[in-house]
Amino acid sequence: MKRARTSRDIVFLKKKARDLRVEILKMLTEAGSGHTGGSLSAADIVAALYFYKMRHKPRDPKWRERDRFILSKGHAAPVLYAALALSGYFEKPLLSTLRKLGSPLQGHPCSKKLQGVEISTGSLGQGLSIANGIAMGLKLDRLPSRVYCLIGDGEIQEGQIWEAAMTASHYRLDNLCAIIDNNGLQIDGHCSDVMAIEPIVEKWEAFGWYVIDIDGHDMEAIVDAFDEAESVTGRPTMVVARTVKGKGVSFFEGKVEYHGLAPTQEELSSALKELGHYG
Amino acid sequence: MGKAGKKKRSIEKQFSAEKKPAATRNAYGEALLELGKSKKDVVVLDADLSGSTKTGKFAKAFPDRFYNVGVSEQDLIGTASGLALTGKRPFASTFAVFETGRAWEQIRQTVCYSHLNVKLVATHSGITVGEDGASHQSIEDVALMRVLPNMVVVVPADAHETKQVIHTLSDYYGPVYVRLGRANVPIVMPDTYVFKLGRAYPFHIGKDVNIIAMGIMVSAALEAAGILKRYGIETGVINMSTVKPLDTRTLLKAAKSCRLIVTAEEHSIIGGLGSAVAEYLSETFPISIKRIGIRDNFGCSGTPDGLLNLHGLTAQNIVKTIKNALRH
Repeated sequence: MKRARTSRDIVFLKKKARDLRVEILKMLTEAGSGHTGGSLSAADIVAALYFYKMRHKPRDPKWRERDRFILSKGHAAPVLYAALALSGYFEKPLLSTLRKLGSPLQGHPCSKKLQGVEISTGSLGQGLSIANGIAMGLKLDRLPSRVYCLIGDGEIQEGQIWEAAMTASHYRLDNLCAIIDNNGLQIDGHCSDVMAIEPIVEKWEAFGWYVIDIDGHDMEAIVDAFDEAESVTGRPTMVVARTVKGKGVSFFEGKVEYHGLAPTQEELSSALKELGHYG
Repeated sequence: MGKAGKKKRSIEKQFSAEKKPAATRNAYGEALLELGKSKKDVVVLDADLSGSTKTGKFAKAFPDRFYNVGVSEQDLIGTASGLALTGKRPFASTFAVFETGRAWEQIRQTVCYSHLNVKLVATHSGITVGEDGASHQSIEDVALMRVLPNMVVVVPADAHETKQVIHTLSDYYGPVYVRLGRANVPIVMPDTYVFKLGRAYPFHIGKDVNIIAMGIMVSAALEAAGILKRYGIETGVINMSTVKPLDTRTLLKAAKSCRLIVTAEEHSIIGGLGSAVAEYLSETFPISIKRIGIRDNFGCSGTPDGLLNLHGLTAQNIVKTIKNALRH
């Protein structure tokens, strides 16, 4: 399943990240509500996972040996849905049903409604504990699968994250790699103003994690980080991905108000042009 | 001595042991040990209370399948959920007040919403926790769990029933809350009793009054029924160990055969068994109902018996309540 990495892969992954952004913007505009900023900031990370790092079979979503992806920051559902659609878990037209009555694409991911979603999320702070439990179960079964858990930076203000941080290192869950999408913004403003979260790297190191600090939009660095994490033994890895909220669309970048706002039709047209998408 | 002789002796020993009052948490510890042997996918989690919840026995026997997450109940539920997602059968235990209160939203969002196969078995429920006081006395847990979609709520009456409940529910797929206690309680369920999820056990259906009880109050209800007989009041007792889904068929049958329904629970009368019974009967078969339970206040330190007396969770108070109600 895994492909050897080449420079061409980076170009390919960058294109995949762009495709994810296009689908995110389209589905959010169609839905008329949803979380734009935090979906766009995570697009490069998610592209690297779904189109490079993770072993998974879209036509066999429950494949026992698959790697698992837990979207702890469940409000970034659009980036997950886009990745699932582009991977082949379901047909792309389904994306336009986001947030509509009867759609399996709930406002926040629901594992009972959509194949490929490992667990329902949306209430922040819970994903890492779940990822730990999966990592423990995989170890019990002596499966080589790995668990990836994407956490928001505002989300680490939740106490449960630190409970889980202790559990992961206590149980030496080296089959677990968590990623913090550190876009620096949360609903009420800059994380540093609302509730300071730095120094993030030192905190996770102090909790016994192996920490990799990267530019979360540098595809080469992202791919390197996931490869490096796989070689770490005896402890879990945290990739601190420094990102920009709304990344890829100049007029959304770094704008706190686009945490929970969907693009208008006009904004969508301009955004797609910026992304070089005319289809 | 031959094999047959040995076997006979062990059955007798088991029988006599079961007849002594026993704590439901002890029965849980034993049931887990049995499950650990027979089912390799059973895993157990605790939050630093394995000595008290009796999961410690499983921990000793199966250290690879036991996870202590320390003092972190929210993480306990999340970790158990993750294990369930890999096909394990997790039993997660701590005190009832922390399991259902501290981690309620984790139970809602992760266990119930995603319909995971997580068994929440909490001990030290109710006021019979005793001396530790109100901080540790869970009187709201049944209400908190009952309100959650997909959740099943079971409150065994004694150690005998507890063992059956744990074994039976280990084969049931889905979220379950089992409420156990700290103190020794009399064995009330007959040897022939077989627990079935969602099926109440009527000891007897009364023509005057029927007491619907759960947990330790089943024993008090049986005692009350004996006393009331002397006053010529024919009293039935139903062990409603499955609080959700409620056995409405048995409940309706009981209501139709008598003049008064009394509920008895070591729990707040708001949201617990009394509420469940009143909700159903008021819509289906309105009848006079009296609820015996904690009346919208907190417990306090004291001996279990002292506290039961203080809150009227006794056979004497059940008798008094019924006599007063039937007089009018």
